[in-house]
Order: sequence, then C-alpha cells, then structure tokens
Amino acid sequence: MWAGLLAASAVCYGLKLAGLSLPQRWLEDPRIQRTVPIIPIALLAALVGTQTFSTGRHLVLDARATALMVAVIAVLLRAPFLVVVGAAAATAALLRLV
Amino acid sequence: MTGAHRGIVRDALGIGIATGAYALSFGAISTTAGLSLLQTCALSVLMFTGASQFALVGVLGAGGSVWAGAATAGLLGSRNALYGLRLASLLEARRWKRPAASHFVIDETTAMAIARDSAPLSRYAFWATGFSVFAFWNLGTLIGALATHALPDPKVLGFDAAPPAAFLALLAPRIRAREPLAIAVASGVVALLLLPFLPAGVPLLAVALLAAVYGLSRRPS
Repeated sequence: MWAGLLAASAVCYGLKLAGLSLPQRWLEDPRIQRTVPIIPIALLAALVGTQTFSTGRHLVLDARATALMVAVIAVLLRAPFLVVVGAAAATAALLRLV
Repeated sequence: MTGAHRGIVRDALGIGIATGAYALSFGAISTTAGLSLLQTCALSVLMFTGASQFALVGVLGAGGSVWAGAATAGLLGSRNALYGLRLASLLEARRWKRPAASHFVIDETTAMAIARDSAPLSRYAFWATGFSVFAFWNLGTLIGALATHALPDPKVLGFDAAPPAAFLALLAPRIRAREPLAIAVASGVVALLLLPFLPAGVPLLAVALLAAVYGLSRRPS
C-alpha cells in the first residue's frame, strides 16, 4: 500500500515540477493545451458515474443515486463544497433509515 | 504591508479555511476507504493536490488496487503541469526555491497568483496562498480522519455517497460550457459501460485514454 501511495505522490510532485522546469514550448503546443484540461473532466465524470451506480463490477441503483441528485441540486445552487458532500451523505443515511 | 498585500493575506486565509473544511471530508473518506491515519495524513502532506487524493482513495474505497488509484491520481495531477507553465514566468523560482514552489502548484495558488497586476504581487499571492492552504489542508485532513476513526460504522452515515458528491463538486466549475459538459456525460456513460468487463479502476484509465485521444485528434476551434 505504502509503495503505491508514495509512487503516486512522487508522480504528482514530478508533474508540478515539470510545469515549472520544462521548456515552455513543449507545454505551449496547442494540442497539449487543449487536451490536458479535458483529462480531469473525463476522470472526475467517470468517478462520479462509477462510484454512484456500481458496487464492485455490478451496476446498481441505490440510495447513492438519490444522494447524487441532491448533490447536483446543491451544486446548481452554488452551495459550498462541504454542504454538497454533507447533503449527499445525509440523504443516503436518511434513505437507509426509512 | 500595503493594502494590496493585506487583501491578499485575507483572501489566502479565506481560501485556506475553505480548503480546510474540504479536507475534513478527504480525511473522512480516506479513513472509510481503509487507509490508516498515518497514510491519510501522509497523502495530504506529500501529494497535496485535492482531486488526485480524492481519486486515489475513491478507487481504493470502490475495491480497486492501489496502483489503479495511483495511476488515476497521476493523470488528474497532469493539469498541475499546465499551471506550472503559467506560473513559471511569474514566479521566476530559481535554485532551491523551484523544488519548494513546485509543491504548492495547485488550483488555488494558480488562481490567486494569475489574478494579480504585477509579478511581485503574484509571487506574494502564490506563497501566501500556498502556506495557508497547506496548513489548513493538513489540519483538516487530520481532524476528519480522527473523527471518522471514532465512528463505529461510517457507511451507516452515508459516507459511501460522499465521494461521488465530492467529485461532482470538483467537476462542476469545469463544465460550464457545452463541450466540456458533453465530454463529462460521455465519460460517465462509457466508464459505466466498461465497468462490468474490467478490473476496478481500469475503466477510469480507459476513459482518460479516450479523452486524450479525442483531445489530440480534434481540430482547433
């Protein structure tokens, strides 16, 4: 476990250092400029999808789906981060109590 | 200290406190995913980039391997390289300062630094925000992890619904235009379609690869 955590930390640090150190023209390539911002969008959206609608390798529809809808509403209302996360967790907890 | 400097310090503290609150949920989610207190705190000290940390513990919590989580975290960290590019000319960090400055190259410090009128103010904003966010981020992580350690069963409190909400909150500011929104929807759907056929965490990497191919092949708009 530690090896994976330290390796990931080293990669993240290396990317930051590379940005400050690499020749500017490498990263100024318009294709790189267009592509790099897309990757977090794709990954975060994939994380939202898989962590809401699956358990292990099975697609499931449970309290987390309702919790996500509440989170979407909170985001649309420009709620602070902790409120979005708290509202989603509270929704799932309440649904399981009922 | 001038008025501009005071304003920067005030903003830096505000951003620090806000990220500290958000670190509470990281500490809680990381502990729920099975990482120890020391591992959770080590991530906030050493990795120090929020979305990557959430992704790593999110993949672990969903049953993925630490290496799938590490790869996802690394891919999410790629945007920090572009931030570094934008900051390089402003910071002019040389020798020992560059490795130190690198650790602080994140969303918050970049936003604060590039919003200034002069390079000295940019540098001041970068370092003030970096120290403030680093302090509150690690404090929040510790408190969140300690509080969650004390809970008997975090799942009862709906903590499994917290990571997707956290990812959504991180995603929201990036998808205000039509194309990013379409990319986000397509990525979520493709990841779910691949999920039954691939080991945990791998669908994420496949989606990242598809997104990269799309970005590199697309014509300039």
